[in-house]
Amino acid sequence: MIEIKNIIKTFNTGDVAFNALGGVSFTVEDGEFLAIMGPSGSGKSTLMHILGALDTPTSGTYFLDGKDVSKLSDDELADIRKDKIGFVFQAFNLLPRTTVLRNVMLPLMYDEGISREDREARAREALFAAGLDEGHFLHHSNQLSGGQIQRVAIARSLVNNPSLILADEPTGNLDTKTGDIVLETFQRLNEEEGRTIILITHEHDVAEHADRIIHIIDGMIVSDSKEHEKRIKHKTKK
Amino acid sequence: MTTIDILEETYASLTANKVRTGLTMLGIIIGISSVIAMVSIGQGAQASIESNISSMGSDLIIVQPGAPRTQGAGVQGARGNAKTLTQDDATAIAKNLTLVKAVAPEISTRAQVTTRGMNTNTTVDGVTSSYPAVKNLQVDQGSFITDQNTKSFSKVAVIGPTVQTDLFGEGVSALGKTIRIKSIEFKVIGITKLKGGSGFGSTDEMIFIPLTTAGRYFSGDQYVTTINVQAIDTASMKEAQQQVTDLLMTRHHITDSTLADFNTMNLADLVSTVSSVTGTFTLLLAAIAGISLVVGGIGIMNMMLTTVTERTKEIGLRKSVGAKKKDISLQFLAEAVMLTFSGGVIGVALGWLIAYGISATGILQTSISLSSVLLAFGVSAGIGILFGYYPATRAAALNPIDALRYE
Ligand SMILES: Nc1ncnc2c1ncn2[C@@H]1O[C@H](COP(=O)(O)OP(=O)(O)O)[C@@H](O)[C@H]1O
Ligand SMILES: [Mg+2]
Repeated sequence: MIEIKNIIKTFNTGDVAFNALGGVSFTVEDGEFLAIMGPSGSGKSTLMHILGALDTPTSGTYFLDGKDVSKLSDDELADIRKDKIGFVFQAFNLLPRTTVLRNVMLPLMYDEGISREDREARAREALFAAGLDEGHFLHHSNQLSGGQIQRVAIARSLVNNPSLILADEPTGNLDTKTGDIVLETFQRLNEEEGRTIILITHEHDVAEHADRIIHIIDGMIVSDSKEHEKRIKHKTKK
Repeated sequence: MTTIDILEETYASLTANKVRTGLTMLGIIIGISSVIAMVSIGQGAQASIESNISSMGSDLIIVQPGAPRTQGAGVQGARGNAKTLTQDDATAIAKNLTLVKAVAPEISTRAQVTTRGMNTNTTVDGVTSSYPAVKNLQVDQGSFITDQNTKSFSKVAVIGPTVQTDLFGEGVSALGKTIRIKSIEFKVIGITKLKGGSGFGSTDEMIFIPLTTAGRYFSGDQYVTTINVQAIDTASMKEAQQQVTDLLMTRHHITDSTLADFNTMNLADLVSTVSSVTGTFTLLLAAIAGISLVVGGIGIMNMMLTTVTERTKEIGLRKSVGAKKKDISLQFLAEAVMLTFSGGVIGVALGWLIAYGISATGILQTSISLSSVLLAFGVSAGIGILFGYYPATRAAALNPIDALRYE
């Protein structure tokens, strides 16, 4: 479960201090599928980075599964990222000149709990789950299309079996058809595997896939869809 | 991250970026190989010069008139012109000293020498029969001056091959012919063997006559210009030199050694003087090599630093999927070490090959020193590791987002 309270993130560019997040609070239950919407520059990515334990807020608290993430050390944050979070970057961020398989295996290298022998099997599993053809497993990322690269990035976010998956505009660089397939993947991960999904988008039809939509403008939440409680109950009844 | 992981990542990273790896290694290779090659040339030259000098006779003590040599390059007041050493001094050294094997006194003058229609100005040396053995001189034709010649003040001469050419023309044997030294006629009884080389003191350009003859006809007295003393072996050089000094001081009634009217010098001293000169030369070469090491080092540094942007992004990515600072540091340290060491090994091999190649051409016998290898290796490895590791650990301290956004 995610609980953030009054998160403020201030960037100091030169002499000017700029509030990218001006006090954001919300709670996300396990198993929720949340979409965050808002215009470019409104602070969506900044919020995601904090949720993904990649960055720390200037002030405010962030409890992840009851643990105060905003107070953790660098190494403890690394452990959170390794154990609980799968992050799909807006810019994909794959290792260049490295095969798909090695890219997906990367997070497992930092996980002592997984033996060297198991890594490849886990990576393959994640790649299948993300819907990439086996024929591409040994290709380098520059030999792949945008949609395929996005699948690799998703597979990498899945490989450590995280309970929380964060995706920053996963369909932003894709055509509608490919984008839909990617979204279906997230939906399946949410519905069939019960993973918590938070994704950023600025397209309404993308957000429609989610249980709940939060709108952000200029670093502030302007709306949070009310029905989410009901939907969660509905889903658990099923 | 296991050790195997680190090695595997390092290997993958180095092979995935072949151009970067190649250029960095090139800097290391050039730096190391040039240092090794240059120093080997310098030391080879030093060794060859030293062995040349010692072949002149490392068991030789040269006694000359004049004040004792001062430390360093003191001004030598009219040494050689002073008349303090006599033929009797030479005889006394030969007779009384146990550590002396042979003595060869010399009366050295410059004189105008003529034959019919030809003339030359050269060194005329009055010597005794012991001279060839003491100074490593060989006679090519005829014979050298004998004790009989010395006893009877014979007007005979042994001339160097250059003198022979100057006075008689190319390819004409002077043996048995007559030359005039300062208008006095001498019969040529021998020609010395060509030594080659040229310049100061080459016996090829000298004329040898009996010591007594030189004393009577040219210097007009009993004084000698040099006494060459050969010690019984190289090990007793120092002691023999002391014996000579003590004897001459007694004979000259001198008690304070700083007031001595003669000085002694042994070739071992000369070797060490020349060694310090050639040492400077080696140092010069080493300095040039050092510059190429620095240039190579800057090359390594440049490569390491220019890739920082890409590497910082990579570090951000690795951290974002769970890598800790320690994991990043270890990986980049391993990478820098592997890079500089493989470059270093190739550099050492190349430097050795260059030195070997120079030796093989026969110009110079090069000698590779371990210290130059260690120095070159150490410096470039140090630079490589420092500039490969330091920016990486700094980047590893960034939070993943700042690292990923690094431009
Ligand atoms: N590291 C940073 N330094 C300075 N300003 C930043 C930094 N990161 C983001 N910002 C600023 O914060 C605001 C929000 O950025 P971001 O969260 O990326 O927006 P979004 O993802 O909604 O488009 C922008 O105005 C951006 O310029
Ligand atoms: Mg963004």
